[in-house]
Amino acid sequence: MTASLAPVVSVAGVTRRFNDVVALDDVSLDIAAGELVGILGPNGAGKSTLLSLVSGQRKPDSGTVRLCGQDPRLTAARATLGLTPQETGLPATLKVREVVDFVAGHYADPVPTGELLEQFGLAELAGRQTGGMSGGQKRRLAVALSLVGRPSVILLDEPTTGLDVGGRQALWLAIREYHAGGGTVLLTSHYLEEVQALAHRVVVIDEGVVRADDTMTNILERVGLRRVVLHSADLPAADAVPARLPGVIRASREGDRYELFTPDADALVRELVTSGLDFHGLEVRGATLEEAFEQMVAHRSSDLLRPPATPARTATDPEAGAR
Amino acid sequence: MTATPHQPAAASPGPSVTAARPARVGAPSGTRLAWLHLKYQFLETVRVPIAVLGNLLFPALAMFFFVVPQKEVAGDPIMATMAVASLGLFAICSASLFTYGLGVAEDRALPFDPFLRSLPAGPTPRMVARVLNGAIFSLFGVVPLVLIGWLFTDATVTARQLLSGVGILLVVSVPFVLLGMAIGYSLTAKAALPVVQVILFPLAFAGGLFMPPMFFPHWLSLISQATPTRAGRDLLVGALTGEPVYALAWPVLLGWTALFAVLAVTAYRRDEGRRFK
Repeated sequence: MTASLAPVVSVAGVTRRFNDVVALDDVSLDIAAGELVGILGPNGAGKSTLLSLVSGQRKPDSGTVRLCGQDPRLTAARATLGLTPQETGLPATLKVREVVDFVAGHYADPVPTGELLEQFGLAELAGRQTGGMSGGQKRRLAVALSLVGRPSVILLDEPTTGLDVGGRQALWLAIREYHAGGGTVLLTSHYLEEVQALAHRVVVIDEGVVRADDTMTNILERVGLRRVVLHSADLPAADAVPARLPGVIRASREGDRYELFTPDADALVRELVTSGLDFHGLEVRGATLEEAFEQMVAHRSSDLLRPPATPARTATDPEAGAR
Repeated sequence: MTATPHQPAAASPGPSVTAARPARVGAPSGTRLAWLHLKYQFLETVRVPIAVLGNLLFPALAMFFFVVPQKEVAGDPIMATMAVASLGLFAICSASLFTYGLGVAEDRALPFDPFLRSLPAGPTPRMVARVLNGAIFSLFGVVPLVLIGWLFTDATVTARQLLSGVGILLVVSVPFVLLGMAIGYSLTAKAALPVVQVILFPLAFAGGLFMPPMFFPHWLSLISQATPTRAGRDLLVGALTGEPVYALAWPVLLGWTALFAVLAVTAYRRDEGRRFK
């Protein structure tokens, strides 16, 4: 299915309940080959449930899930899938090389263990038992394991949790390389900056419903606010700033550093300059994914950001837990 | 251990070693997968030497304390062979119940378990490997007994008797493997441990594995004949010594096997349903 148009992952009208709790409510989602999709949502929003359906560990109550055109509960379909184990779950007495060999043995054409360990900087640890690895090393091994079978699609659930900056950068590089080679990636993360750095498309899930599904650029534009940062001794307290400077929606302050949010950064800058206000260190930035995400899930009562395709739903249980 | 040889990746390695590759040149066969799982389960078990030693030591020590010093047992070929058989069966029962009861319960609690389920292999290779791995370590437990019996007592068997004895031992282990699985898939590791102990020791005693059933009072002997341990013991003793076996031994053993099989499958399904519906 090299350049086929058929989606690699196809979720159609899927509903999944756990007893009385609706974890996913009529969710539809198609992911084409070569996409790098970030899935966001608060804890218990249904992200994990969605991933467990795509990896064939659960089946939906209604609707269909397809992985490369097949039911993911079939062994053959899962040969195209790569998944990370939770790093706490690696078999402690097995050596790094043995764990990779073991997982590789499930695939027709695995990446040679030596090459894989080399790529993830684990070559010198090959003979160590996984119980003796540091958290960061385990995390790297976990992501390496998702790639050993040369999958068409990988599911990364919080791939860099607990990693330092260097470790995270190294994993980002590996994920980007895999994606550059034509791989499809589904990524969840609590680090919104991680999703912003990696993903090209963002799917926001909350209370079992897709709240937004769009390109990163469009999602960020939906926020519609620019951020103007400056240092000034002349401005009042943060909540008094909007009254002082027209066009500022809200502001925050740390010492003499102010963050001002405005729909029109150009007008605000003009206003700042002509007002004769004493300031320095001016920066103008777009909104971050964090702000977009905050607006989408926190202010869900306003229909402002809801995609028109998704009808408004009243969730009965705020705990809509995915477990 | 050397890494298994891999075919080099086509002619040009491409920009990334992990690049997605659509070609699927035939998945590994079920036998290969079962072998793979067996190999790594064996390694995992053997790397915790105390678990292996425990299996070897208890029956061997019991042999030294309770059989070797008693001249009237150790010096009598039939009695000595019976003692080896009884403790050998105990080793098998204990290894099966602990490996499966406790081992399965522990595995289920590991976060690696859902990852294994997501690999392209059904549950069969893992199950097959588990049974074989259990059988290997069960037989390990019997080796010191046979050696002690041979070196320190008058126990005697012909090669044919020994072979048929090992065969019977493996058949008799089946219901205990199934019972272990039923426990492992029903309970948490913490609960499985005492349950296995509470089941194992009364069954072993009532089955005549610690004290020969000929010393039992009549009522206990009757109860004893209905237990899977007694049926297994008598079949094993029969195979090793040619002593007569009570007529109901096979039906009793097979009946328990069928019952434990149903329990094991039910427990497995319920566990699947609870966690992976």
